[in-house]
Amino acid sequence: MNEIRISGFGGQGVIRCGYIIGRIAALYDDKHATLTQSFGPEARGSACSAQILVDAEPIRYPYLTQPDTVVAMSQEAYDKFGSDLVEGGLLLIDEDLVKPTPSDRERRMYAIPSTRIAEELGNRIAGNIVMLGFFTAIAGIVSVDAARKALPSSVPERFIDLNLAAFEKGYEYGVELLAKEPAAPARPKKAARKAPVKKAAKKSDK
Amino acid sequence: MITADPKGVLTGSHYLDGDHAVAEGALAAGCRFFAGYPITPSTEVAERISARFPLVGGLFVQMEDELASMAAILGGAWGGAKSMSVTSGPGFSLMMENLGLGVMMEVPTVLVNVQRGGPSTGLPTLPAQADMMQARWGSHGDYEIIALSPSSPQECFDYTITCFNLSEKYRVPVLLMMDECVGHMTEKIVIPKAEEIEIEPRKWFKGSTEDYLPYKPDDDMVPWMVKVGDGFRFHTTGLTHDERGYPVMSAECQKDNVGRLVDKIRSRVDEIVILEEEEMEGADVVVVSYGISSRVAIPAVERARADGMKVGSLRLVTVWPFPENRIRELAGQVKAFVVPEINLGQICLEVERCAAGRAETILVPHAGGWVHDDEDIYQAIRGGAK
Repeated sequence: MNEIRISGFGGQGVIRCGYIIGRIAALYDDKHATLTQSFGPEARGSACSAQILVDAEPIRYPYLTQPDTVVAMSQEAYDKFGSDLVEGGLLLIDEDLVKPTPSDRERRMYAIPSTRIAEELGNRIAGNIVMLGFFTAIAGIVSVDAARKALPSSVPERFIDLNLAAFEKGYEYGVELLAKEPAAPARPKKAARKAPVKKAAKKSDK
Repeated sequence: MITADPKGVLTGSHYLDGDHAVAEGALAAGCRFFAGYPITPSTEVAERISARFPLVGGLFVQMEDELASMAAILGGAWGGAKSMSVTSGPGFSLMMENLGLGVMMEVPTVLVNVQRGGPSTGLPTLPAQADMMQARWGSHGDYEIIALSPSSPQECFDYTITCFNLSEKYRVPVLLMMDECVGHMTEKIVIPKAEEIEIEPRKWFKGSTEDYLPYKPDDDMVPWMVKVGDGFRFHTTGLTHDERGYPVMSAECQKDNVGRLVDKIRSRVDEIVILEEEEMEGADVVVVSYGISSRVAIPAVERARADGMKVGSLRLVTVWPFPENRIRELAGQVKAFVVPEINLGQICLEVERCAAGRAETILVPHAGGWVHDDEDIYQAIRGGAK
């Protein structure tokens, strides 16, 4: 099972990015994928996140327990969500928008100027899809073929070309980065979810 | 049974949340009249229906409140449409009076409650299963009701159709008791072809206008229905009424009228009830669950089995009417029932009543705001197996 968190600020399309990852996995990679999103007082500009569980088996518990992959597209999201990553987990950031703490530089972290790349393509709104391409290349959770198939029907029709270009830019950036840094520490297998030990459930006393 | 009108059926694989899946289920079932008032976490159902209905000739009305919404869907059904509304706790409370009117007038309609934490405005964006007893007893007077509880977006689609079919067959408002977790959870759903979706048609009266008695029951205790505007002159009311639909204020008529409303469901519980059972043979403990809790219980059940415990699983797809006979039967065979639910004890009371002391009933409560930790369910199973 992969537990993924996509985070950023409201308006960046992080929920959309998470939705597309789930859609790729569920409809085109033939896996099970459950997406939940935090419904709080989030508004445009404040930290928000989408959570996706991806597994070959049916997913029972629907929520994230500890992510093995975190994408942070804003400093606030990074500060809020970066720390609960499982040890040895994968951290992906927008390097122009997130300044990682020194200790994170030691982590399995990859950075991309996703928003800048989207701006160069003509519209910063596609930054989430640049990040999607980057995520596809680095995380290996969804296949690139499935992503390419899923993308046109996952975005508004008039933005298909922009989004396809954004995806490919992000994907290429990731592939090149991996070629340059093949020695990234191997991802340790995450132990089965351990629920906190609580006292036995209350018995009905009637 | 007939099959679905292809116009409303979005055949194919989709990645949808539970709320959107309910909207598609309603469209596939032939629902063409919706009246509602937005409330978190149910608004997405209304939102999708408002976008989709104009494409299929449906009518979406955003009402002034939930009292009016419930009244409007009763009127929509009398106007000949399959109708639906959707709400959450506070709105559900406001709908209770007219839900009773729907029961009394025997209106086929569907009401969806995407449950959130309560009482009052409670936890608008977080899940609960704490309206389960309100679903059964929320309106005044004696009645029987049908309620289903889905655990995934796919089930939201499938069981919305089942709700419509049951409402037509028994002429009673049917409740889909979801929760925020299922409503806002996005997963793959597969919508079959229209010809693969079975639809219960309305029980239309076929005779002449002179012969129509709106509350004369058929052999199945369910009367025939007509559409307003088709030339039939008839009366329907919330007052106790005779076969003509006219008020009769007597104990005798009350017995016939309300007795039939209850009996048309109570005498056919086995036909209505949908259960999912697993590994009941030789079970010491049976986990009785519904909705999202049934899904969260699976890892706990599997872990207990791996530890050598004999655990059966009884998943209530229909929560109301309650499967009394099955619980009574099992109570003679098992040591304990374990009931995880996102409330502080509701359906466990029904299990306990039917177990009648022959088996222990162990509640795994959750006050709401999240789903159970499977450790809690596991520990309760262990306790029951001892």
